Amino acid sequence: MQVKANDYPKESARLLREEPQVRESVTGATLNFDRNRRAAYAEVGAEAWRDWAERVKNHVLTHLDSYLEQAERALIANGVQVHWAEDAEQAQRIVAEVARAAGVKKVVKAKSMLSEELGINPMLSSMGIETLETDLGEYIIQLLDQPPSHIVGPAIHLGLEQIRALFHQRFGTPPDATPDALAGVARKLLREGFLQADMGISGGNFLVAETGTLALIENEGNIRLSTSVPRIHLALVGIEKLLPRFSDLAVFLSLTARAATGQRLGTFVSLLHGPRQASEPDGPEAVHVVFVDNGRSAVLADPEAWETLRCVRCGACLNACPVYRQTGGHAYGYVYSGPIGAVLAPGLVGLEETQPLPYASSLCGACYEVCPVKIPIPKLLLAWRQRAVEENLTPRLEKAAIQGYAWAMTQPWAYRLAAKALRLLPEKALDNTVVPVLKAWVEGRAGLKPSPKSFRELWEEGL
Amino acid sequence: MRVALFVTCLADQFLAEAGVAAVKLLRHLGVEVEFPPAQTCCGQPAYNAGYWNEARQMAAHTLGVFEDAEYVVLPSGSCTAMVRSFYPELYRDMPRKFSKAEALSRKTYELAEFIVKVLGVSTLGLGLEGQRIAYHHGCHALRELGIKDEPLTLLANAGASLVPWEAAIECCGFGGLFSVKLPEVSLSMADRKLSTLPEVDVLTSADGGCLLHLSGRIAHRRLNVAVKPLASVLWEAAQKTPEVDAHAG
Ligand code: SF4
Repeated sequence: MQVKANDYPKESARLLREEPQVRESVTGATLNFDRNRRAAYAEVGAEAWRDWAERVKNHVLTHLDSYLEQAERALIANGVQVHWAEDAEQAQRIVAEVARAAGVKKVVKAKSMLSEELGINPMLSSMGIETLETDLGEYIIQLLDQPPSHIVGPAIHLGLEQIRALFHQRFGTPPDATPDALAGVARKLLREGFLQADMGISGGNFLVAETGTLALIENEGNIRLSTSVPRIHLALVGIEKLLPRFSDLAVFLSLTARAATGQRLGTFVSLLHGPRQASEPDGPEAVHVVFVDNGRSAVLADPEAWETLRCVRCGACLNACPVYRQTGGHAYGYVYSGPIGAVLAPGLVGLEETQPLPYASSLCGACYEVCPVKIPIPKLLLAWRQRAVEENLTPRLEKAAIQGYAWAMTQPWAYRLAAKALRLLPEKALDNTVVPVLKAWVEGRAGLKPSPKSFRELWEEGL
Repeated sequence: MRVALFVTCLADQFLAEAGVAAVKLLRHLGVEVEFPPAQTCCGQPAYNAGYWNEARQMAAHTLGVFEDAEYVVLPSGSCTAMVRSFYPELYRDMPRKFSKAEALSRKTYELAEFIVKVLGVSTLGLGLEGQRIAYHHGCHALRELGIKDEPLTLLANAGASLVPWEAAIECCGFGGLFSVKLPEVSLSMADRKLSTLPEVDVLTSADGGCLLHLSGRIAHRRLNVAVKPLASVLWEAAQKTPEVDAHAG
């Protein structure tokens, strides 16, 4: 996909100014998700679960090569065709070849962030293949030709009014249709899609190395239909999605659902084991699993970034993030947004193209507090910032200012002099941008004035 | 008992009253207060922005300034976090400096935390009777240091009514350089936080940066809330205290 992360400062400001309803929709929805998560965590020993999940994931990540081999063997034994894609281009080529060989004309898609990352939809449409997103939120943003705004709720930035207007315009539904009525219209359209499609494409929440089980979590049933009705099912799975044993699934499925939406379990959980057997009435004739790297092994090899790969894409960190809440995901200019996007993007596509993202955080730590696999996001953000400084990617003026500041702060006399100067500034000086970087700061906040005397002066005069 | 006060640069320049209140309060509680004059800034802005070399320069300076202190107390949660959690982090690959940083880390406290945990005082007086107070938890104090109940206990025991605030533990959007780099997002976060503020007489916090940011926004939007540093409010709490003398000495 196209990465526009360097526009984050401009884009976030623009969204706040020009599309304030985005902030309203996103804030409302994320607060709600977060409340539900808290309640669902409180029902279980969430801390112990998180510790355990962190350990299991760390174990997989530090033995990834052998688990990938084991997974491949298990999948092949189940009759699944396994492919390996090093980057987005290879992944696209594999999907294209599978589709071409099977004479595919129509594809239904189950919601998959990885397929967004890889740019599968535009590639299919360039082949003349029609692709239908079947997750309701994903379907809505497909109609609008927008990328997802949230890992779990792709259309989280839209209000009911906007969806009503969209459906009114496209499908002639009444301008005041109820959410149920809107969903009904979409359901009918999607049903036809399922019946006509030759191929279903999904992602994978987890893949069990021991048994080759592909696990998928959802609430609408569309994933189940996408993976079982068409004659071919192709799953795109990031290499970091492995779990060692079948018995690990139970906690991971529940922990993920609890973190994402506050549910004990997704309404539908599918555990898939390959194509239809002779004795089975339905299911696809052929199943393909494409293991995708696309920058992941580089992240894994990076001692400061590898923990990012524990992520189970629950979106809890987005829901808890007060920065994400202001703009939703589009401002970030990358498929994964919010706190996890800010640390994953530089790892997957490079810091030069994503430099503002590690700074898109006040380091409040709410993301770490909620993450079901305890990814230390604030620490990772700091590591990327450090690297941005090392690689000279930060503004020259900023660097000079910080160097000057550090120098002054280690010379107590210089500190005193600066404090004097601060007090000699004319009354309105701070309001009038004597210091250019402070301009925007002071504009939105009235009355920034130094105390008439500094504490130090008062102390020296005798307290 | 001797305490070295680390007022930190922002409070020194912009919230001198917080430092003054901290001195009076600590003396009132029978503590001898010193102010090592070479102190400047803890280095947090540089650390957070990724400039670790510069942060190390400032940390090294501060380590020297407070080396001989018995306790170091700060009227600021995030600067406390800088000294206590992040100084050791800065030096994790430099064993000698690391052990110095750890030694400083062990004797460094945020003011309310020091009063409750080290002095063992949980009632300062009754000077806040009848006041409705909202408390903003600075993120670093709350999540990095786990300081949550100490300030609340001191306020409540002084007779304040702590008004429940839906967004009490949400980030206000200050974040040091964050608010300079992304001013619109930062302001929008302050607005979200303030939009849920219940009706109170005073908004307070242990974090000076957050307070400057919030009070600036409050003034800009002409909202009617008094904003005071926690140290000042706690000193006020100690003003009406027949029995507090028992704690002194
Ligand atoms: S980083 Fe943690 S909280 Fe965020 S999406 Fe990944 S697993 Fe969920």
